Amino acid sequence: MGKPAVRLDELIDQDYRQGFSTMLETDTVPRGLGEDVIRLISAKKNEPEFMLDWRLRAYRHWLTMREPQWSTVRHPPIDYQDISYYSAPKSRGDGPRSLADVDPELLRTYEKLGVPLQERELLAGVAVDAVFDSVSVATTFKDKLAGLGIIFCSFSEAVQEHPELVRQYLGSVVPYSDNYFATLNSAVFSDGSFCYIPPGVRCPMELSTYFRINARNTGQFERTLIIADRGAYVSYLEGCTAPMRDENQLHAAVVELIALDDAQIKYATVQNWYPGDKDGKGGIYNFVTKRGDCRGANSRISWTQVETGSAITWKYPSVILQGDNAVGEFHSVALTNHYQQADTGTKMIHLGRNTKSTIISKGISAGHGHNAYRGLVRVAKSAEGARNYTQCDSLLLGDRCAAHTFPYIEVKNPTARVEHEASTSRIGEDQLFYCQSRGIAAEEAVAMIVNGFCKEVFKELPMEFAVEAQKLLGVSLEGSIA
Amino acid sequence: MNAVADRPLGDYARLQAALPGQGLPWLERWRAEALAAFAASGYPTLRDEDWKYTSVAAIENAVFDLLPPAGAAPAEVSAKLGAAIEALALPGACLMVFVDGRYAPALSRLDALPAGVTVASLAETLARAPERLQAWLGRRQFHASPLAGFAALNAAGFADGAYVHVDQGVTLAAPLQLLFVASAEKLATHSRNLIVAEAGSRLDLIEQHAARGAAGYLSNVVSDLAVGPGAAIAHYKLQEEGARAFHVAAVNAELQQGSRFASASFAFGAALARTDIAVALAAENAECTLDGLYLADGRQHIDHHTRIDHLVPRGTSREFYKGVLAGAGRAVFNGKVVIHEDAQHSDAAQSNRNLLLSPLAEVDTKPQLEIWADDVKCSHGATVGQLDPEQIFYLRSRGLAAAAAQTLLTWAFAAEMVERVPLAALRERLDRLLRARLPQSGETLEVWP
Repeated sequence: MGKPAVRLDELIDQDYRQGFSTMLETDTVPRGLGEDVIRLISAKKNEPEFMLDWRLRAYRHWLTMREPQWSTVRHPPIDYQDISYYSAPKSRGDGPRSLADVDPELLRTYEKLGVPLQERELLAGVAVDAVFDSVSVATTFKDKLAGLGIIFCSFSEAVQEHPELVRQYLGSVVPYSDNYFATLNSAVFSDGSFCYIPPGVRCPMELSTYFRINARNTGQFERTLIIADRGAYVSYLEGCTAPMRDENQLHAAVVELIALDDAQIKYATVQNWYPGDKDGKGGIYNFVTKRGDCRGANSRISWTQVETGSAITWKYPSVILQGDNAVGEFHSVALTNHYQQADTGTKMIHLGRNTKSTIISKGISAGHGHNAYRGLVRVAKSAEGARNYTQCDSLLLGDRCAAHTFPYIEVKNPTARVEHEASTSRIGEDQLFYCQSRGIAAEEAVAMIVNGFCKEVFKELPMEFAVEAQKLLGVSLEGSIA
Repeated sequence: MNAVADRPLGDYARLQAALPGQGLPWLERWRAEALAAFAASGYPTLRDEDWKYTSVAAIENAVFDLLPPAGAAPAEVSAKLGAAIEALALPGACLMVFVDGRYAPALSRLDALPAGVTVASLAETLARAPERLQAWLGRRQFHASPLAGFAALNAAGFADGAYVHVDQGVTLAAPLQLLFVASAEKLATHSRNLIVAEAGSRLDLIEQHAARGAAGYLSNVVSDLAVGPGAAIAHYKLQEEGARAFHVAAVNAELQQGSRFASASFAFGAALARTDIAVALAAENAECTLDGLYLADGRQHIDHHTRIDHLVPRGTSREFYKGVLAGAGRAVFNGKVVIHEDAQHSDAAQSNRNLLLSPLAEVDTKPQLEIWADDVKCSHGATVGQLDPEQIFYLRSRGLAAAAAQTLLTWAFAAEMVERVPLAALRERLDRLLRARLPQSGETLEVWP
């Protein structure tokens, strides 16, 4: 396929379309990390005492920790003193009360990104919380949701308005001492989304957070907390982009999900942080801790992720299946091209009886990309009748890429049924040949085969996201089979 | 370096004078290097990724003798031991017996060997023809991982083992049985086997570890196998150590152009057993098969770590391990397949299946793929489950008691691995062993096929 490959190479070297930056006046704290910075962040956000205490406990614990070395990702040492831990667009007055108060420059940014903040322009039924650098700039449809008792707001607002909920649930799934990056996040996180669905309420629209890193030399540390009370249901989407910069930027987020009895949470991510250029320069270091807790009986949490961006992706969205009959799901597509590295997977911790989990992971490596699936399925002694099915497949495009699989399976209960299967192969030449013999051009055929490879995951995504994800894959991948 | 590891170190340094190969500078250098390596590494701990699920604290805390009790020269074995060995000997096989880690020629039967085959004690060969070993012993290529831990202790302290050399094109019609019998209490033996199969040769090897009356001992064995171009070695490892024994073993095979290596590991005995099998497909068109069956009952802990390195294009590997866990038995399986850069057209498949029979049993399995090339076909699978209630129901509807149905199905699950053994005499022996060791055996013998 020598000939089309030339064109495909052009295609693949296409610019990162979300790579522009926005000129905005910002309020950015100087680089560096210390208790004073944490006090400053806490003060800027006017936080109650318990939050500052929690942050400081996390920071002191973080000082005793070392960066984890066990994953396959390699990067030059991160200088944590060279990062600014807080950056916010300068707001007029006390900050935006409504969309009308939001800096028009900011609104244009989100428009360019295709994230509609103007409620009237919204795709039917998506409420958005937009997080720009360190702070949430706008949340749409709040009033409509409030009518149902749903709280959907920025984390800072939740701390002010609903401190009792924050206090009860913050850190109850990912404690501040959990791991190096989560602990750092606990100390310095600046904003994020908060969502509470009251008992028996089915959230009528998709909730969404859009994360944008804009300022230079900043790290983004946001924290999302979603609580679905008894019998509640919510579907949540997360999207992320960043400008193109030569230096690497750190993103260390934490997401905590809590599902009580009979509740269901669906969490979908399309992660498209700037991946760096084709020589591996720049890009976001994405070290994220995501964990859901199926705390109640018959609860259900599902993670769906499409990871196409970031220079480094290090994340393991997990589910703790505590309640009896709880269900955990993980659907993932991770793509690494050029010099991207991904070490991603999940943990399913079965504690309750008759708990079930499903893991579908699709890894695609192209160029010099490194892609690792790392997963743990643990069936504790108490998990009578637990069931897990895992499938992780890797597709290889290019003879300098790498794909690894590290599935850990630990079973302590004899009634458990655990199945794991994995396969790794190159894109099928016979499939390509078949498509081409039917008049489908090589690049289209590749896109088609890759989309088919990922179909099981895409079908878990809400429609708009599925379309976006397919397009993203198409752009990032075609041509890598030269 | 911790205080506990200091103790064996001092002992091993003193042991050097009693070991074979005195005066061979290359060997002394290697042993010193190994001692230094152990001094640096100490015993592996749960913090080492490769030992995450297997604690060797019991070995570390035990006090072992490093030399067999004085006066009990292996040649003068008791009649009782002789009879036991007779029972363990496989009909029709050439036999090489080691008692407490020392070669026992009086008990061995090596007269049927064809021309072109050398089978000798490693210690003796070091004394008589060390130049034959120099090229092989201590070669780094045999070791997928650096010299450390038990491998280092073995290098520093090995006293004997088998040296087998098969000349070009020679086929051993009868299998060669290497029988390691432990008879002394609390003895640590470090045995080392070196098997060299020259181009086009063929060899079936049975490495068997058993105990007669001994307990609390450690058997630490390393087998290095060089499979020449177009050669074929089948290596059957049969571990039926005493119930209170520690067994640590490494099998390292290096495969040349177009060669074949078949390994089968049957692990039935020992309180704590760890087997590392590392295969390097070092030239094109090499092929390996790794089979395994482990049974853990009581408080047994059985660990298999395998590693297959596809270093060059066009290698094929197949791996199939099964395990039955009963009582408070625990099994660990880690199967790593590494497809190195440019090892295109590699074909690797791996499967691990576990049967959990009791609420206290536990299994930790980790099939692992590391792929650095693109034109490859790799797959792996792992399952943990229990007997199918419908199958039990069917058997019960045919009049079998619940226990009998369970035993029959368990046997059927495990026997698949035995049936894959092509040597009839060995297969029969294994099947008998399997039946005797199956959980809840005895009461249901009459229903077995």
